[in-house]
Formats: sequence, structure tokens, C-alpha cells
Amino acid sequence: MPVSTSPTAHTSSAASLPTVVVVGHGMVGQRFLEALADRGLTAAAGTARVVVLCEEPRAAYDRVQLTSYFAGKTPQDLSLVEPGFMERHGFELRLGDPAESLDREARTVTARSGETFTYDTLVLATGSYPFVPPVPGKDTEGCFVYRTIEDLLAIEEYAKTATTGAVVGGGLLGLEAAGALKGLGLDTHVVEFAPRLMPVQVDEGGGAALLRTIENMGLTVHTGVGTQEVTAGEDGSVNGMSLSDGSSLATDLVVFSAGVRPRDQLARDCGLAVGQRGGVIVDEECRTSDPAVFAIGECALASDGRVYGLVAPGYEMAQTAAGVIAGQEASFTGADMSTKLKLLGVDVASFGDAHGTSEGCLDVVYADSRSGVYKKLVIGQDGTLLGGVLIGDADQYGTLRPMTGTVLPVAPEQLVLPAGAGGPVTLGPSALPDEAVICSCHNVTKGAICEHTTLPEVKKCTKAGTGCGSCVKVIGQLLPQSQDKGLCGCFPYTRSELYEIVRTLEITSYAELLDSHGREPARGGEGCEVCKPTVGSIIASLAPTVGASGYVLDGEQAALQDTNDHFLANLQRNGSYSIVPRIPGGEITPEKLIVIGEVARDFGLYTKITGGQRIDLFGARVDQLPLIWTRLVDAGFESGHAYGKSLRTVKSCVGQTWCRYGVQDSVKMAIDLELRYRGLRSPHKLKSAVSGCARECAEARGKDFGIIATAGGWNLYVGGNGGATPRHADLLAQDLSDAELVRLIDRFLMFYIRTADRLERTSTWLDRIEGGLEHVRDVVVHDSLGLCDELERLMADHVRGYRDEWAETINDPERLRRFVTFVNAPDAPDPSVKFVPERDQVKPDLDILAGPVLAIRTLEGTAS
Amino acid sequence: MTTQAMETAQDTRVIRLAAGDDWLTVCDRSLLTPGRGVAALLPDGRQVALFVDRAGRAYAIDNRDPFTGAYVLSRGLVGSDRGQPFVASPLLKQRFDLATGACLDDDEVSVPVFEVRAD
Ligand code: SRM
Ligand SMILES: Cc1cc2nc3c(=O)[nH]c(=O)nc-3n(C[C@H](O)[C@H](O)[C@H](O)COP(=O)(O)OP(=O)(O)OC[C@H]3O[C@@H](n4cnc5c(N)ncnc54)[C@H](O)[C@@H]3O)c2cc1C
Ligand code: SF4
Ligand code: FES
Repeated sequence: MPVSTSPTAHTSSAASLPTVVVVGHGMVGQRFLEALADRGLTAAAGTARVVVLCEEPRAAYDRVQLTSYFAGKTPQDLSLVEPGFMERHGFELRLGDPAESLDREARTVTARSGETFTYDTLVLATGSYPFVPPVPGKDTEGCFVYRTIEDLLAIEEYAKTATTGAVVGGGLLGLEAAGALKGLGLDTHVVEFAPRLMPVQVDEGGGAALLRTIENMGLTVHTGVGTQEVTAGEDGSVNGMSLSDGSSLATDLVVFSAGVRPRDQLARDCGLAVGQRGGVIVDEECRTSDPAVFAIGECALASDGRVYGLVAPGYEMAQTAAGVIAGQEASFTGADMSTKLKLLGVDVASFGDAHGTSEGCLDVVYADSRSGVYKKLVIGQDGTLLGGVLIGDADQYGTLRPMTGTVLPVAPEQLVLPAGAGGPVTLGPSALPDEAVICSCHNVTKGAICEHTTLPEVKKCTKAGTGCGSCVKVIGQLLPQSQDKGLCGCFPYTRSELYEIVRTLEITSYAELLDSHGREPARGGEGCEVCKPTVGSIIASLAPTVGASGYVLDGEQAALQDTNDHFLANLQRNGSYSIVPRIPGGEITPEKLIVIGEVARDFGLYTKITGGQRIDLFGARVDQLPLIWTRLVDAGFESGHAYGKSLRTVKSCVGQTWCRYGVQDSVKMAIDLELRYRGLRSPHKLKSAVSGCARECAEARGKDFGIIATAGGWNLYVGGNGGATPRHADLLAQDLSDAELVRLIDRFLMFYIRTADRLERTSTWLDRIEGGLEHVRDVVVHDSLGLCDELERLMADHVRGYRDEWAETINDPERLRRFVTFVNAPDAPDPSVKFVPERDQVKPDLDILAGPVLAIRTLEGTAS
Repeated sequence: MTTQAMETAQDTRVIRLAAGDDWLTVCDRSLLTPGRGVAALLPDGRQVALFVDRAGRAYAIDNRDPFTGAYVLSRGLVGSDRGQPFVASPLLKQRFDLATGACLDDDEVSVPVFEVRAD
């Protein structure tokens, strides 16, 4: 059933306008529509009627990011069409209604629905189809391709009953598909006919580095073998493959990813010229052999004789065709095939003449098979950079690619060698010429970027950085670096300077600090969402010392806290909250577990074991929080501060008490530490863990402060974290006694709280501060600054001043007043917080929140 | 315009919202903490986010965060940008001008504003 999203008014009045019919609404088709809109060729502008035939059941989406579906992106997140775009321009989009035949003489297109459209200009943007080698059994149930959202949904569903998966094809897409299968929990194999992975993009050395890294991730790679047959079991579904070397591979699921072929059937059927190996032949203006018909994107065979399987050249063709149709001069004569990808977490980049095919060129290669790094630059006889391959570490891609074709300002080996071995010289992007293309997705030059001053502005005005995102880092380096180290628009001081001001002047009020130390124009104002919680946190961590109330929601402090702290719970996407009671060290009695279960059951909360050895209860309305916490506090629970920038958990392993390897009581130590530092407000959250021996089951080295038992006591590691940029903690001191350990952690934490920036984890802090770990060791172990007494005193104040926030809240009617949804209807529950069933529990009902939905974009630099 | 004055219990002012030709009494002014919001329910089921700034001025905008659909703007943090008060959504942090409802981070987005009185 075709759906038309445009108002009928446009359709009727537009009937007499010149008509453009677009076949295919993929990435390039959508870009073409945007280009038409930019040039004023729309029904809304009264200049053209535009009909778009879209085969898929959904409008254009970001196929390049397809795999991010498995990382939690929804099909809506992937959409490329801004809400209201079609309506605003009067484009007639017909979903699920592909073109079935063309009549070039009559200039008509007939769609599957039977409707016929007469065109003045026809644009083919039909993309490619995945090539499935003609092996016997290729259509067996359990065989898939990897191209559309529908393909992913089908794979995901089928994988639920599978344990092993095989991908046929070890190219770019094959490896992405393999990553997805691995992510779905399948034991994954990759079968590649060529002798190396990604044969098109990388050379032999690069393929070898890639192979090692990918095998280390637990994927099994078979290179140099072809698939001969897909075999089926008794139930008729896939049970294995036989390979060309005579071996066979048992598998429940097969994904074919053996390359793509242009979808040129429509064009063939109506006699348009197509290439020998497929692709609709077009000239520099993207016109086919029929001047009224254009072809763009992956279905086109460009005038340089290539079919481009990348999105950036397709976008250029879209611009070219739209320009030509609008009567402008435009041409597409070819594009470079540079790519940078993050495949399965490995950086892979190739650019320019990566295979070194130019005459007389030389390779400069650095390979370290242990770390899976391979870098090759191809240099011409005159020293020009011709191209390169970077595997495992592609940081330099952003600067090297735009330098292709120029003579490098330094010796090339300096660019590929690692630090400490004569390199790397980091060629700043400032060395690039103005014409260098920085964003290849959108063809934006350095010169164009430098006309702007902020990243959001660059994205908005030039689109640079909004495609694959690989250029964002370089764009950041090109923009003016602010000399102003101030925390935000309100304060000219850094967080650690503000900490010193609050501590020494004993300031207990945000308004007082803003009016006395804020930037002139900000004084007397409201402050902002950056400095308010930061100052709130500083005052809270110094509360007992400076004489502020230790309760974070007293008086003015209440206004400083982000919503999570304000309601002592974490806000969820539908406006409900989650509850995480503290479970020190992860140790819990059966009685307490039963209480949590009962509370969750009685309030209908979704219940989940967290990654931090405790239990999260989701879906509470604001007005339910006090009722829930009354039950929990009565049973002896305390706030787990999952909402605060403060200590989260101290994880433990079972340790010496039970484990045959344990050498210390790790559980007791974890509980002691968690109780000591609970409630400590800090620049970012703090996590810890204690392992009972070097086997490290508690993952202590992934924590801000981690402790590992030794026969002689405890080793203290600092500056570790998980998250997006994992870092292992560094050893600060060895074989400490219990008391030495606690004293050293006291000092370390207080020194961090005093000197770190806002939202700076201990890992980034340690890497940033001058002197790094050595300096921190000097200060907290050797007391080089004479600060240790004071640091210990501050911590003693904190430990003495600690009170459970939830107990204090539920025992005070004044404080409880805030826990209502509506100030004028305290008994009315929030009507927008509703749930629907999911796997025997509940999940938010997002349908009732739906309205004119906007693309969800998180703002830059707003870590929660 | 000291904050202390605003917070005292003697504050007897009442917050009212325009509802058609009438003014709907919402709550005592003293229930609002300067720099923080509360949500109010209109008779027709719409949700309004109410705020007062340090100077005691009241603002009212729609409670629905247009970026996520959740009814949470009343729970965001209030700030000011060149004297213009705004609230930052507690979900994804987009800022909305309290006086005009315009999103400061996306020209194409805004939320409705409501007439409000504190007297
Ligand atoms: C619930 C939980 C996931 C789970 O279901 O297991 C979780 C949930 C959230 N995590 Fe986490 N993290 C959870 C364990 C982790 C872990 C694992 C661990 O602690 O061992 C990590 C990696 C370890 C680490 O932090 O170093 C982790 C790394 C993050 C990060 C990245 C931090 C970084 O420095 O890169 C964020 C973002 C941030 O804090 O800015 C984050 C942020 C969040 C937030 C607060 C996002 C938000 O603002 O809504 C989520 C709040 C959930 C809620 O409403 O309660 N969460 N998060 C886990 C709660 C543990 C607990 O009991 O407190
Ligand atoms: C998993 C994956 C990862 C990728 N990663 C990258 C990457 O990192 N970098 C990169 O540059 N490229 C990447 N690509 C390639 C990129 O997606 C394509 O180059 C791009 O989508 C081409 O755009 P297109 O509009 O020409 O084709 P498509 O996006 O395929 O769109 C064509 C559309 O036309 C429709 N269609 C076909 N025939 C008809 C008909 N008769 N009537 C109506 N509609 C029809 C199809 O259903 C399809 O929706 C990736 C592709 C995949 C699948
Ligand atoms: S870390 Fe050591 S003591 Fe702890 S559980 Fe593992 S092996 Fe046992
Ligand atoms: S290079 Fe892909 S977004 Fe810029």
C-alpha cells in the first residue's frame, strides 16, 4: 500500500509543472532531493513537481551507519530525512512503491501500485544489490544479505535460535556483518576467497595486521578458500557450508557479503546504455544515453569508467545532477576512494594510490604485528605523497589524506614511526593548504571550515562532520582554540580555581560566588547549566569544612543540582526515574534481596542487575520515589548515589574467604572503602574495586582507584576507567597495610577533587596534569607539597559529616514536598509516564510521547 | 532583588496562568525555588513548566521536551545567556529561552509559552 506523505493540495496544483521522477530513495536519492530544494526546484516553490518512488518500506536512512543498529540505534535514529522535509517542499514520497517499468518514448514510469507517472526528467538512484555467488543452496532458510534495515531485522530474529554464523566475504561490508554477528552472540566465521582480508582497500601487510587483530577478537577467519555449497539439515534450514579446500564448516546462519552490483535492470529493460560489468553509463553531467534520464549513486557507471561503492562520490553526483537540472554548470569526473572506518573497533584507513601502482613510487612501511599496527605511505619519486594505508592507528588519516598530491614537509618515515623511535611528528592540520578537502563526505575544504569558529556552526553551515564523522577531530583542531580557560560563560576560573576560592573564602552560596567572582556581565544573573552543578558539587564536597549544609538539597543548593540530584534518582527517557540502593561491596543478605524484590513487585518496577554489582529499579514516578525509599530505608538500605558525581560502587571479588586463590579479604576491604567514601561529591563519578589476588576478578584496574591483594598486603592502582576510552589504572604504591592503603586513597581522592576539571575522570586528569603519575605520587606518597595533612583532614571531615540523603529526605515533610508531578495537583500521577510489557516486565511506552518527533541529537560537550 | 527576600515565608504572592479569558490560580509563589521549575496541570490536560528567576520574575513554557517527547522541561536547570533566562532540558540538554520558548540550540525548534503572573 503506497503512502504519500505530501499534502494533496500540492499534487493537484503541481500537475502542470515540469515533473521530476526520482527512482530510489536511498542515501543518494535523499541528497538529490536536498540539492533540488537548495536550488528552489520544488512544488512548494511552484517550480517543479517531484515524485519519489521508494522501494523500501521506510524513507532514506543512513546505510553507512547500518551496523550501529546493533549498538542500540533505532531505525528512526538512522533516518536521513528531517521531519517535515517532504511536506515543506511538497515532495511526493511514495514508500513501498518501486518503479517496475519505464517507457522512454512516452516518458512514463509505472510503479508497482499500478500508477503511472509522466516525467520530464527521470533520475535513477537505485543503488546496488548484494551479489550472492551462485552456489548451490544459496537460498536455503538461514541465508541472508546485509544491505537494508529489513535485512538486519531478519538476521537479528534468526540469530536468536542460532549459535554459529558465517559471513561469505572478508571485505569491508563482510567484516561489518561479522562484527554484527559477533555482537549478536554468535560464534562467527569469515570466509574470504582472496588471500587476505579487505583485498580492495589494503595491501598484504595491512591485511596481515588486520587478520591478527580480528582473530584476537575471537573471530575465525578462513582466507584463500571459496564457498562451494550451503548445506541444509533435515528441517530444511542451513546447517553448514562446504569450502573449496575440501573442508566443511558447521554453521546455523550465512550472510553473503561478496560485493555489490549496480541495480541497472530498469535501465537495461528500456534500452539505456549500461557497462559491460553493469552500471548505467553516464556522462560528466550524470546524464544517461537518454538526455531526459540521469543516473546517480551506486547504480551509475561514471564518466571515468568506475562504479563508486562509496557514499561521498554518490553525493557529488547528486549535486551535479541537481545542478544540471536547475540549468547550472556542473560535472562529476571522478572522486577519490579514500576511506576511514572503524571496523570491529579497529581503525582502518586507505587513501589515494594505496596499492602503489604509480610508476617508480616507493613505500615507507612501519609494521608492529604485536599491537596490530600497520602504516604505509606511498611516495612518488619527487617526494609527493601519493597515498597510504593505516591499520590499527589511523589518527593521521585526517591530515595525511588532504596532503595527498603535495610534497610532505617532513621525512615520511617520521610520520609512520611510533613515538620514541624518531617519530611521530604530528603534522598539524595548520600545515594543510586551504584547498585541502577536510570532510570528504561533503567535500568541504579547510578554507571553508576556517570561515567558522565553532563546531556546531561548521556542521550547520557546511555539513562537514555530519557524514561518517571521521573528520570531526581535525575540524576541532582547525577552529580557533580558546585562550579562555574559564569554566563557562559565567566564570573566568577553572573548576580547581573555584574549589580553592570556595575553600579559602569559605563561600557557601552559589549566588555569592557568582556575584563576587563571576564574569562581570554574569554577575547578578542566573548562572548556567554548566557552573551551577559544578559549584553545587564543590560546595557539597567541602560542606563540613566550609560550614555549608551537608544536605545537597537545602536552600539554594537545591536549585544548583541537575534533575538527577534534585530528585535523588536518575531520569529515564520517558520522564520516570530509576532507583539504585547502595549494596556495599556487592555483598547482600537474602533478606535484603527479598525486600528489593518485594518493592519492585509492589511498584511494578523493571528490575535489572547492573554492571556495578547492584540492582537498578526502573520506572518510578516522581511521586512514588519517597514511598519506595521509605520501604528501602526501613529495610536498612541507603542511597547508592547512582545519580551523583560521587562514589558509585566498590566492586569486590569473593576473595580469600571462599576462593582457593585469594590472599586477602577483598570483600571486607571493598565494604570498608565503599562505606568510607559513600556520598563524596567529586568532579566526576568515582568507581573502585578490590580483587583478592592477581587474577583480578573484580576488574580493579578498570577503576578510578583499584586495589589488588598481594601476599604482603595491597597494591593500589589509580586512574583506570571503562567507558568510551578505557584505560588501565597505574600502580601507585605496593604492599600497603590496611591503614596505609586507606590513608593513601584519602589523599589521592582529595587531591583529585581539588585539582580536576569539571567532568574529568581520574584517568584524563592523570594524563593531563603536569608531571602525570610521578607528580601525583610525589604529592600523595612523598608529600612534596606539604598538603597531605590537609587532604587527610578534609577526608576525615567528609567521613564524619556523611548522612544518608534519602533517610534525611523521607523524614522531613518540607523536603518531601518537591516529590509531586504537578504543583497544583499533587495527587495526580504523571499521565505521560506509562509502560508496556516487555519480557515479563515493563518498558516505557514511548508511543504516548510521540508527537512531531525531532531527530535526537545530544549537544556537544554535555556529558551527563 | 535579593534572593533572601524571595525565599521568606512572608511571600504571599500567588502564581496565575492565563486560561482563556480567566487567570487560573496555580500555587503560592513560595512553593517555587528561584532557579528551579515545577510542572502544573491545566484543566485541558496540558502540562506547563513554571519557573522563577533570582529576581522573582515568573515564566511559563510547555513542559514537553520536543526533542524526546518526555514531559520534563520543568525539571531542567535555569540559567541566563546575556541576560536572557533559559532552561536546559534535563534529558539531552538543549536550552529553551524562557521568555520566547525558542530553542537556543536549534533555530527550527521552539516550545509554546504561556502568560503568567505572580502577584
Ligand atoms: C545501570 C548501569 C548499566 C547497567 O544496567 O548495568 C549504568 C547506567 C548508566 N550509566 Fe554507566 N551504568 C552502569 C555501569 C557502568 C560501568 C561498569 C562499571 O561500573 O563497572 C561503566 C564503565 C566503567 C567506568 O565508568 O569507568 C559505565 C560507564 C559509563 C559512562 C562512561 C564514563 C567514562 O568515563 O567514560 C557514562 C557517561 C558519564 O558518566 O558521563 C555512564 C553513564 C550512565 C548513566 C548515568 C547515563 C545517564 O545519564 O542516564 C546511566 C544511568 C542509569 C540509571 O538511570 O540508573 N556510564 N557504566 C550500570 C550501573 C552500575 C551501578 O550499579 O551503579
Ligand atoms: C553495511 C554497510 C556499510 C557501509 N559503509 C560505508 C562507509 O563506511 N563509507 C561509504 O562511503 N559507504 C559505505 N557503504 C556504502 C553506501 O551505503 C552506499 O554507497 C550508499 O548507500 C549509496 O547510495 P545510493 O543512494 O546510491 O544507494 P542506496 O542507498 O542503496 O539506495 C538505493 C535505493 O533505491 C531503491 N531502489 C532500487 N530499485 C528501485 C526501484 N526500481 N524503485 C524504487 N526504488 C528502488 C533501493 O531499495 C534503495 O533504497 C556501506 C554500505 C553498507 C550496506
Ligand atoms: S581475584 Fe583471586 S581471589 Fe578473587 S575470585 Fe579471582 S581468583 Fe579468587
Ligand atoms: S569525512 Fe565523513 S563526515 Fe566529514
